[in-house]
Amino acid sequence: MEQVIDIISWICLLGGALVVLIGGIGLVRFPDLFTRIHAASLADSGGAILVIVGCMLQAGLTLAGVKLAAILLFLLFTSPTAGYALAHSAITAKDDGLDVDIESD
Amino acid sequence: MFLGASLAILVTMCLAILRAVLGPSVYDRILAANMFGTKTVLFLAVLSFLSGRPDFLDLALAYALINFVSVIAVLQFVERRARNRAKEDQASDAVKGGAQ
Repeated sequence: MEQVIDIISWICLLGGALVVLIGGIGLVRFPDLFTRIHAASLADSGGAILVIVGCMLQAGLTLAGVKLAAILLFLLFTSPTAGYALAHSAITAKDDGLDVDIESD
Repeated sequence: MFLGASLAILVTMCLAILRAVLGPSVYDRILAANMFGTKTVLFLAVLSFLSGRPDFLDLALAYALINFVSVIAVLQFVERRARNRAKEDQASDAVKGGAQ
């Protein structure tokens, strides 16, 4: 049973690391701001869930596991909110014709 | 396993710094800073298991909250500054138009 949990947690950790890495590459290589927001927020949500669930499986029902659950809860509230605020701010600035060079590269 | 995950997260943090340095607009830089903060939280969580010190989880928890508040504050600041600049430009254009 312990080995099964170990294997599941390794799969979660490595999958999360892969998602995070792909998000980082997307953040550097995508052509404009909104595609970059897409890459970064996918990596933020999916990568955070996978990595923290992997750690939680290692921690079990301890204080560390509860802290990890709290971190996951905060991240799941804050990172979509920050992504939405950023995209909203950028698109209103663009619509009002303020001088931000969003369409470049 | 923890080592591999922490290395991948470190590489991603480097990529986020690269985007923050390259980023053509200020929003790209804010996005990169936000991503760097989230990855720091994950890195601290993994590091606490890698080094066997669960104290790091408290730091990760605090970092998650501070990161969100700072991103929202910087966004507010940038938005207000851009709006004030546009307003000043309009005002100076109006003054010039009246003088001619």
